[in-house]
Amino acid sequence: MATMLERQNHSADPMMPAPFRVQRLRQDTYDTFTLELQPANGLSEFAFAAGQFNMLYVFGAGEVPISISGDPAKSQTLVHTTRAVGVVTKAMRKLQRGEMLGVRGPFGTHWPVAEALGSDIVIVAGGIGLAPLRPALYALLARREKYGKVVLLYGARTPEDILYRRELERWRARLDLEVYVTVDRAAGNWRGNVGVVTTLIPKAPFDPRNAVAMVCGPEIMMRFTVLELQKRGVPAENIFLSMERNMKCAVGFCGHCQFGPAFICKDGPVFRYDRIKDLFTKREI
Amino acid sequence: MRINDKIKLTRESIQALFHLLSNNDYRLIGPTVRDSAIVYDELREVTDLPVGWTDEQNPGVYRLKKRQDEALFGYTVGPHSWKKFLHLPLLRLWKAKRRKNGWEILDDREPPAKLAFIGVRACELHAIAIQDKIFLEGRYIDPVYRSQRENIFIVAVNCGQAGGTCFCADMNAGPQAASGFDLALTEVIEPERHYFIAEIGSARGAEVLSQLPHEMAQENEKKIAENIVANTAAQMGRRLTTSGIKDLLYRNTEHPRWDEVASRCLNCANCTMVCPTCFCTTVEDVTDLTGEQAERWRKWDSCFTMDFSYIHGGSVRPSAKARYRQWLTHKLASWIDQFDASGCVGCGRCITWCPVGIDITEEVRVIRDSEVATNAEALKIEN
Amino acid sequence: METLEPILAEHPFLQGLEASHLHLIVGCASNVRFDAGQFLCREGEEADQFYIIRHGKVAVEIFGAQKGPITIQTIGEGEILGWSWLIPPYHWHFDARAIELTRAIALDGKCLRTKCENDHDLGYELLKRFSNVMEQRLEATRLQLLDVYGNNA
Repeated sequence: MATMLERQNHSADPMMPAPFRVQRLRQDTYDTFTLELQPANGLSEFAFAAGQFNMLYVFGAGEVPISISGDPAKSQTLVHTTRAVGVVTKAMRKLQRGEMLGVRGPFGTHWPVAEALGSDIVIVAGGIGLAPLRPALYALLARREKYGKVVLLYGARTPEDILYRRELERWRARLDLEVYVTVDRAAGNWRGNVGVVTTLIPKAPFDPRNAVAMVCGPEIMMRFTVLELQKRGVPAENIFLSMERNMKCAVGFCGHCQFGPAFICKDGPVFRYDRIKDLFTKREI
Repeated sequence: MRINDKIKLTRESIQALFHLLSNNDYRLIGPTVRDSAIVYDELREVTDLPVGWTDEQNPGVYRLKKRQDEALFGYTVGPHSWKKFLHLPLLRLWKAKRRKNGWEILDDREPPAKLAFIGVRACELHAIAIQDKIFLEGRYIDPVYRSQRENIFIVAVNCGQAGGTCFCADMNAGPQAASGFDLALTEVIEPERHYFIAEIGSARGAEVLSQLPHEMAQENEKKIAENIVANTAAQMGRRLTTSGIKDLLYRNTEHPRWDEVASRCLNCANCTMVCPTCFCTTVEDVTDLTGEQAERWRKWDSCFTMDFSYIHGGSVRPSAKARYRQWLTHKLASWIDQFDASGCVGCGRCITWCPVGIDITEEVRVIRDSEVATNAEALKIEN
Repeated sequence: METLEPILAEHPFLQGLEASHLHLIVGCASNVRFDAGQFLCREGEEADQFYIIRHGKVAVEIFGAQKGPITIQTIGEGEILGWSWLIPPYHWHFDARAIELTRAIALDGKCLRTKCENDHDLGYELLKRFSNVMEQRLEATRLQLLDVYGNNA
């Protein structure tokens, strides 16, 4: 897919960011926020596939890779959700409406939304992992009749860390979508599930022989999720994960994001599990 | 004159070549003696070359020694490689200034210098081709690399001797310069005569050569040059068996040899700096004190640093063992999956410049031999 | 008690049991119901029973002085609550509170323990099933301990 950059006049220099402006910044939880951006250079839209990411640049602070968390069909607005944990993301959180942000991308492989037509879909998200999966869910819901059962399993640390809460409640209210949310621990007034997200898998309503699983979250969570999915009979070729490694360039030049022979920036971040399963259980790869 | 034609040149012709290239606005870069080593730097005259010098190389050892003759290219490769000029160690990617309603990136890229690389060895031609693959033939192109690469004139040299750490023959990367050059010289030193057989590698090379004093090479002279290179191929200081090496390293991620190497490896990153194909870089965004101007810089980086694999929470490869394993596995195995070729050209620099003398050919041999031993044991038990 | 036997028979936890063993268990079973907010058990009390949840949701809670009650796990339909009846000194280690209206089958621990002592085959069948539950809980708890979504995850 031709990137937005390839249509720019910076002579296709992949390290040159394009200017975008902040439309809106919303605090989701105490450390997570969502940015809505629009192009500032005359381009009217930003096309991407669910699962891809951008490199976002804050003037003078630096650049970080962040998954796109918005609806691929709404290409006029670019949405990103991130935790404010480092210098760049903390600077990003202070941006005001109208301020400029640099964007390079979109990069990487995408969730198999088209390839999974006709199957049941199991989405397993842990923590901030729900953000890169949200675009896939939007895409699935846009063509809901083309899929079998669609199940979303989401685990957060505590009820205060639940991301997109109102949206989750709306999704849960739909008759054609099963949503199960759990937290690792809760204070006494929480009436929902408590327990790690893997505990939701054994009873989730999908047919393992005809399901495609999309999983995103901390690596430990993904490892155990894959085990549970396989225990239920989902074959390794039908499980997709989103991996993360240190990234500096996002275009396969800097070498930092290597995971075995794969470059997360171009061979990932979405991987089919059977293709990485030998690496997945090795330490320090 | 045509490509592959072999022409005879004298030392005076080489001097004329230097002048011709300079007059055509090429800056000459080539080997010269400095700080007790042969490094790549700017040359003006033939006398700037390490005339009459040779090098002695072994794991962790590099010494210059005087030769008995006045060879211009009587040594192998030093700590520098041509990536210093093509894949720059330090590069400002762009500069941006704050504006009233945001900020703007300034397009102030300078045009590249015209460079003539003098004395490029076969292993180095392969290394340049390997980096070309990364920066010019992938989904994204490095525009700075490309524009510099388009402004290089290459005068290659076929090695007249192999070094103590060389193994280019086993990597199919030498000692014969096969392609990727404008001119390739083989130096011939006989008691009465000192001449060069120049092979034409491109139209540009032919054009340049036609302006130098030259003669067509005689058949016996061509043969002498061929023999010199054949002898070099037989003298390699190291050996590396490459058959099945990718799968060998992939299936031995937990081999105890990695722990053994880790007890010696200082993670000093010398190997990655001297290796002609190592290409990892880091990107730094900086701003001036006023905050009005920002710049993005790119610098060479090494997978041996703790920061290299850092993601929130820590480094993915905190142990020295994991970092050494990453480097060697990438170089000899993963590279093949990534770029359809090995990342190693057998130049031996990593062996020479390792302060503790780690020899990658030995590391691979130990792992390979241990499998042979294990299989032999298994067969014995079965029978 | 006859009405409970078919219900117990089709419960996944007791699947595969011989009819005679099932019959022994039914003898110790009773139907119970908890309204939202009611406790099924309290920490320190004698663990005289375990529960097979038929429907509803139960929060396993531990109370800490400054923290108040922390829910460490919720147990739902089809799941088992309590194995302390198996392990001396037979006391509950936590509080369990119904979060919503919960119906369960309560199994009398003392009654079952006696039957297991007399019929070791029955004991083995039950222990096999309980060790499975414990293993799952242990693994889930270990993952919770790792706090994977925490700040340095």
